[in-house]
Amino acid sequence: MYKFDKKWEKEVLSIADGIRMRVFQFTVEQNGGYLSQACSASEIFAAMYHGLMKLPKIKTPLMPDPWQGAPGPGNPIHTGIKFNSDGKEGYDRFIMSPAQYALVVYAALIETGRMDEAGMDAYNKDGGSVEMIGAEHSPGMEVTTGSLGQGISQAAGIAMGMKLKGKKGKVFTFLSDGECQSGEFWEALQASSFHHLDNMIMIVDRNGCQCDGLMKPVMNIEPFDERFRSFGCECVRIKGHKPLLLAEALNTPHRGKPLAVILDTSPYHGLSFLKERAPKFHYVRFTDPKQREAYRKIYDKMVKEG
Amino acid sequence: MEILKRVHAKNLVKWAKKKPDVLVLSADLTSSCEADAFRDTYPDRFFSMGIAEQNMLGFAGGLAREGFVPYVHTFAVFIYRRALDQIAMSVAYPNLPVKMIGFLPGVTTPGGATHQAIEDTAIMRSLPNMTVLEVGDATEVENVLDVAYKIPGPVYVRMLRGELPRIFDTPMEFKKARKLSSGKDLVIVSAGICTEEVLRTTKILKKNGIEASIYHISTLKPFEYPELMKDIKNSKYGVITMENHSIIGGLGSCVAECMADEGIGKKLYRVGINDSFLHGASRPYLMKEYGIDAPALLATVEKAAGKKIKYSEDDLGEVFIPALHSDAKAEAL
Repeated sequence: MYKFDKKWEKEVLSIADGIRMRVFQFTVEQNGGYLSQACSASEIFAAMYHGLMKLPKIKTPLMPDPWQGAPGPGNPIHTGIKFNSDGKEGYDRFIMSPAQYALVVYAALIETGRMDEAGMDAYNKDGGSVEMIGAEHSPGMEVTTGSLGQGISQAAGIAMGMKLKGKKGKVFTFLSDGECQSGEFWEALQASSFHHLDNMIMIVDRNGCQCDGLMKPVMNIEPFDERFRSFGCECVRIKGHKPLLLAEALNTPHRGKPLAVILDTSPYHGLSFLKERAPKFHYVRFTDPKQREAYRKIYDKMVKEG
Repeated sequence: MEILKRVHAKNLVKWAKKKPDVLVLSADLTSSCEADAFRDTYPDRFFSMGIAEQNMLGFAGGLAREGFVPYVHTFAVFIYRRALDQIAMSVAYPNLPVKMIGFLPGVTTPGGATHQAIEDTAIMRSLPNMTVLEVGDATEVENVLDVAYKIPGPVYVRMLRGELPRIFDTPMEFKKARKLSSGKDLVIVSAGICTEEVLRTTKILKKNGIEASIYHISTLKPFEYPELMKDIKNSKYGVITMENHSIIGGLGSCVAECMADEGIGKKLYRVGINDSFLHGASRPYLMKEYGIDAPALLATVEKAAGKKIKYSEDDLGEVFIPALHSDAKAEAL
């Protein structure tokens, strides 16, 4: 049972603000970034890393490794799992499917004391592992998922492997709604329910956006929750940005079935000035230095006002 | 020639008996890929994944991360054509021990272009971390599971099923070519079912005074064969490659790349599917039509040696043609 109270929710919301501001800061500094993903998902990552996922405590925030080379003969896999469960028995696993959210995860790791803030010096720098579109070697990431739709199949395989080995713990998979258009996603749902993977928890950021614009005119996937159910999953759909609702949703009984929680979120939650960019939210880039300066001013003002 | 039925079906059950880490995943072609006996013997280690290959490959990657060795069974085309991105990112990039057992290479199916894997070696060998193996007879079908198992990363196998001849009496070894004969005039290199065709011509070559070094290759990647290169270098007429695959990117290309690397200035003749899709027809028809049978090889020898090769149909060695419909196969395809 997930038991959380208003106090916890307040803490989560505060962490979420911290995540959003960090991503905002990096977007201005880097002259562009996946900012609306921070708006829609900060509360989700904050809640997951602040108690919803069962993870071992990290005493001293960890530093990311430099790039260790692609896995191959003589070079074993290096993953960001040490920022999560570190592969320890009895803890939950975290599969981050849309790797474009990497910066949001890095910010969440810092805000929850799992990653050293100084680790962000390597962000988007040659030879580092803190990549813009992360991969399995990046902090907090356990598999390679930048090609959308692939995270869930790998998560399902891991969930099945854990069941076969009698390992406790759940496999939390974070998904964004756009990637759920892919055939592989539906194949994976089909297989996960068929094989009764009730240790699979899918958390879906339903911000309604994709690269080309809003999902409805690009490729509609509604009624999304009904589709989940028709594929044999238990599904709860909740309002986004409300951590207690997410904690409650995780208590939904789902014996023998995977559980999906769809969160209806906003791509400009907490940064309402982004609304003017509608319908394109996928990547915030600045068209001229003036615009970047205007964003910097907003950022400074927000920091000042706390 | 000894002919065996459902070699893989029996062998898989026997071989996997004491290997609890070995799982079998199937995409609705379980008996067609001779995994039915495994399914019935070890139901807890068999996973039906449906006609959904992209998920199957990613799922296999996840299982491999948890310490299992998944043997993915389906037709070759449905592995590398339908799920290439998943193979690249969920399996090959992390160098996971997923073994992809691809059935029906090239002309071994009358299923037409949809079922015939003619460019799989080209595609799979270009993936980093990938090992590519191909079997040529019943013995190699029996050995390949273990060869693949001992390789720590992903392996793609061009597999055979149904009724098969036993050509080799020694086990298949990783990265080791089989040298079947020695001669200074010409080098012939073949893989898979083409080696049977090469062997049909050996008497004719001898009668016509052509001494050939003949190699059978079962490890297509990595492709490191110093003795083969030395023989090509010292040959009078150069080298002929023969494969049940497109001449682009397969065995012929492997040999070409190595020759270029070594600076060997000899002629290379590539016998294979000549940059064309095939269509649904019997194996002997396809081999003749697309020029990958014994007569096609002899015509190429003529070209290489610059002289007429005299032979009659009777001189060609025994050829084994599996029946289209037999109790060794679940279906005609």
